Order: sequence, then C-alpha cells, then structure tokens
Amino acid sequence: MSHKTRVVIAKPGLDGHDRGARVIARALRDAGMEVIYTGLRQTPEQIVAAALQEDADVIGLSILSGAHMHICPRVMTLLAEQGLSDVLVVVGGIIPDVDIPKLQEMGVRGIFLPGTPMQDIVNFIEQHARPRVGAA
Amino acid sequence: MKTAPPSAPRPGRADPRGSWTTISGRPIAPVYTPADITGLDYDRDLGNPGQFPYTRGIHASGYAGKPWTMRQFAGFGTPEETNARYRQLLAEGGTGLSVAFDLPTLMGRDPDHVLSLGEVGKCGVNVASLADMEALFRGIDLGAVTTSMTINSPAPMIFAMYLVLAERQGADWRMLSGTIQNDILKEFIAQKEYIYPPRPSMRLITDIFSFCAAEVPKWNTISVSGYHIREAGATAAQELAFTLRDGIEYVQYGIDAGLDVDAFAPRISFFFNAHSDFFEEIAKYRAARRIWARVMRDRFKAQNPRSWQLRFHAQTAGVSLTAQQPYNNVVRTALQALAPVLAGGQSLHTNSLDEALALPTAEAATLALRTQQIIACETGVVDVVDPLGGSYFVETLTRDLEGEALAYFDTIDRMGGMVEAIERGYPQKEIAESAYRFQQAVEQHDKVIVGVNEFGGGSDTTIGTLYIDETAGATQLARLEQLKSTRDATLVARSLDRLKETATGSGNTMPALLDAVRAYATVGEMCDALRDVWGEYEEIPVI
Repeated sequence: MSHKTRVVIAKPGLDGHDRGARVIARALRDAGMEVIYTGLRQTPEQIVAAALQEDADVIGLSILSGAHMHICPRVMTLLAEQGLSDVLVVVGGIIPDVDIPKLQEMGVRGIFLPGTPMQDIVNFIEQHARPRVGAA
Repeated sequence: MKTAPPSAPRPGRADPRGSWTTISGRPIAPVYTPADITGLDYDRDLGNPGQFPYTRGIHASGYAGKPWTMRQFAGFGTPEETNARYRQLLAEGGTGLSVAFDLPTLMGRDPDHVLSLGEVGKCGVNVASLADMEALFRGIDLGAVTTSMTINSPAPMIFAMYLVLAERQGADWRMLSGTIQNDILKEFIAQKEYIYPPRPSMRLITDIFSFCAAEVPKWNTISVSGYHIREAGATAAQELAFTLRDGIEYVQYGIDAGLDVDAFAPRISFFFNAHSDFFEEIAKYRAARRIWARVMRDRFKAQNPRSWQLRFHAQTAGVSLTAQQPYNNVVRTALQALAPVLAGGQSLHTNSLDEALALPTAEAATLALRTQQIIACETGVVDVVDPLGGSYFVETLTRDLEGEALAYFDTIDRMGGMVEAIERGYPQKEIAESAYRFQQAVEQHDKVIVGVNEFGGGSDTTIGTLYIDETAGATQLARLEQLKSTRDATLVARSLDRLKETATGSGNTMPALLDAVRAYATVGEMCDALRDVWGEYEEIPVI
C-alpha cells in the first residue's frame, strides 16, 4: 500500500470551466500525491462513490458557478453516511464571503479563493489530510 | 518547504536583460529596428486599411465611418431581472445587447432537471421557453437593436425562440441583426459546454448556415471564439491558431454540406480575448485578419471580399481579474480594452471590477461601460486607423504570431482536421500545458500579478457584490410548471416527434425547431429529443 496521500479532484455541477481543477490536480501530483480527477459534471453521489472506491484521504471540489451551497451539504451528508467523515474536504473557486462560515460549519475544512498560491493548497493538504497507515 | 521570495518591488522578470517574455512566454528583444522587418512587403502583407489582406483593418476609414459597438454581456436571475438591466444599459448609451444565459440553459436542461439544482439564474439568465424569451425582451424592439446571444450547444433552440419572438413583434427576419455564438468546437476544446458528439453538433451549425443564408441574411450565424480558449490557459499564439483553425473547420463543413462559400462565409464573425500583454494582443488581432483573408481567398477560393474580411468582437480577460484589491481591475480592464480599439475591432465588452467575486452589480457594470466611452470620446485613439501599423515591434510580433498559427494549422491538417484533433485531445492538452506553465511562472514570481504575488500590502478592500439567492430558481420552476399545464401538450409532442424525425434524416433542423418553439416546447425538451437521436458526448478526463 502506497503511503502517498490520495486526492479525488472533482468538478460538480453543470459548469465546464476546468482550468483550476486541472492545474490543481497537476500541482498536487507534482507535490507527490496520488491524484484522481473525476472529470466534469459529477453529482455528489458520484463524487463520494469515487472517494470510497479510490480510498481517498482528500476530496477537492472546484466550484465557480454559485451552486456550492447545494453541492457541499450533500457531499458532507453522503460522506457521513458512508463513514468517511475523516476524509478532508476542501473547496476551491468563487465563494462569497457570507457563505464561508456556513461551509466551515458543515465541515468543509479548506476554502481557497481566486489567487491562492498552489503551494498554499499543497501545504494545507499535507498538514490536514489523515495520515495513511504506515506513513512516517 | 519552499520560501517565497521577498515581496520587494521588482520589475517582474527574472533577468531584465536576458529573458524578457510576453505573458505568453514569447521571448522579446529590448528594441526592434528596420532589420527586423526586411521581408515585409507593404502591399502584399499589410495593404491600406480596407484593402487585402486587411492586416490594418477591414474599413478604410476605421472608426470614423462606424464606431465599435459597446456591447456589455449581461444576464442573471429571471428574465424580468435581466430585462431591467438591459433597459438600464440601453438608457446609459450601450449600443447593443448581449445575453448571458445560466448553466441549465447553456447545457440544454430545464429548471426542473436534477442537474439544474442550485444553478438556475446563477451565472446568467434562465430561459426555458418562448415565454421566458418574451419576458427577456419585453419593451425592446428586436427590429431596432442588435443582440448577441452567447449560446452554443442549444444555439438552434434559443435562436428559434428569438426568431419567433421577432415574428410576433412584427419584425422582418430579413432585417434582423445580431449574433449567436454557436461555436461548438471551442466548447470541446476549452469551455466544455457541449451536449452532442462533434459530428451531429457540426450538422446543427451547418443547418443554421444554410437556413440563415436563405431566411435571416444579416444575422451573424457564428462567433468563432478564441476568448474561452485563452481563458482556459492558451497562449496568444494558441488562441489565434485554434480559433482560426476552428473557423476553417466550419467553412469546410459548410462547403461539404453543399453550400457555396460566399453564401455563408460573410456572416462568420470572430471573438477574441483582450488580455494584458498590450502589443502581443494588438499583433494577434492584426495577424488574425491577415491569415483569414488569405485562407478564404486562397484555400477556399471565396470571391466576395466580405468573405475575406475578419470581423471581431473582443472581451477583456476575465482570467486576469483578481479578487484581491478589486479596484485594480478597473485599470487592468481599461488598458486591455485599448488593444482591440487600436487594432480596429468591431465590438467590445469590458469586464466589471467585481467579476472575480461575483456577477457584476449595476454600478460596476456602468463603470465598465463608461471605460469604453472614455476611450472612445476622450483619448483620441480612435481618430487614426491602425496607428501602430509600421511599428518595427508590432509588425514583427504580427508576423511571428502568424507563423506560429500556420505551424499549428499544419499539425492539425495532418491529423485530418480540427474535429479529429479534438477527438485526440490535442488542443486540450496544448492548452492545459500552457495553463500549468503560466501558473508556475506566477508562483515563481517570473510573472507578476499586482496585488496577488507582488504588492500585496495595504488594507484589504471589500466591495459590495451581487448575491443571487434561490428566488430566481423558485420563480422559474413555478413558471415552467404553469407553462406545462397551459400549453397544448399534443402539439408539443407532435412537434418534438417531427424534430426527432428530421434529426434522424438529413433535412434542416431549423424549421422543426421553429415549430416546436411556437408550441412552447422547452429548451430541455428540444435538447432531449436530439439527445435521444444522437446521444451525448463524454470527455475522457486527463490531467
């Protein structure tokens, strides 16, 4: 079993603007993580199923369309139902200030707004992802 | 852990004498001289404005004859809310309308579809049926305004709604003017708002070419778009190359569908990004005109000079806007807007300062329009056509960008065309590579973004932003339910059956779509009918 942190990067909702998701996926891979990119238009059910199947430590959601207050609660509920509450959930995209505390309250740990350096996201995940069995 | 370099003021390039590059990573020299343009032949390569190959512009008189159209892209919430914004923009001196649709509309889904949850009215206005189209343009005479509609996969359905509304207002289709984006290739390449596989998608486009040539002759049937390709991370040369190669693909498919090139090519328009690297952008637009003129005359043997002339809309670079220090975006946008004006663009959208945070407020949208008006009326830059023509630097950049684009054409031609290149993921991979390289350059401070990776000091500015709540979604759901209970269901079903039949055969889909619209079939129903026949495209995700 690899000791590498396993990250599912997903793009929920109808939006197709995947530049951010793909750049981050590549940055995390270059930082030594195992990255699974789900592709576009994934439902919360598909994302959580991917996380379960891939034994993910982290789920990264890229949301630019304003649908985050519908998508995130659903993802958090499904994770809890699957006993995956220790999976670190982070969101990147355009998130209005007023929604940030609401997302944090439902368990989204990292919220990265436009202009965030890739290295900050790498560092955050390294610090907060659950340690893998056998990892140093 | 890597430590960030100190945040002291610096010129922004690692080695000022050795590695100046444009924002696209193109190396540039400190000075350009006549030696750089010795091969340039004025008559062959430039020509006066209004003369082949139109490098210097398509009109002899530049903006003296006809200023550019100030066309501000707008749409949010319900059709009524957006209608109010349009009336405001027209009252303030905007000269054309530009419709931003929400994601459900762009993806051909009705508000009651599961994937529309939380998306209705968020990124644009929701238009599900002719009833919504009627509300969107209430009090606006479609015979008197020109309207651009940013719609791609469901372009035929939305265009059919516009035509039926115009018909009911008493406007003559033959006099209607405006644009539908209708550019599916860049959706596969960059923005990813596709529904059907490439080949049936191309058929819908050639159906519109031939329908409009006969029925709506002044309509711009396609806006071949580099904007989204650039926003996805392409360099200036890639934007130029992939956009024009898409244009070539559309012309080829039109000819292959049996159309005479001069019957549809004059209604093809283009849409480019106005990014931050000033001279590179100016060179890009000039190179685009030269390449297109030669392609249309020499490759496609078009006879009508209007087929040779590349007309373009430009929009300032959304991707350059920063959430940090948002007022800086006003300055960025003004400088970016200057480039297409100096290069003779036909219409322009300037972004609002708050668009890295949300859709623009009414105040921010007004300021963006004022930015164009200041350029047009106060700076004097509009008085002389192609004022930078002959600049050693600009002509060198124009030639170099042209050369890079032609090299890309060769590669794509060897693959069999753009549809084949897209199916192999070629342009997608090229763009992803450029996007990652640029992000690394920003992280390494090789490229400076003021207020983000340099000059981040000072107090945080917060600005008021537009917050779109869930009421639009609820309103549109209720309206859809009401529509479905009042329209003639038999008529709808019959029109959808006829649409499927047409799609299964080889007839033009537009007449069947117009009948479905008249029966108040919804966008989702019409798109589903074609999904049943053609299936849906699915991209293989790669990183």
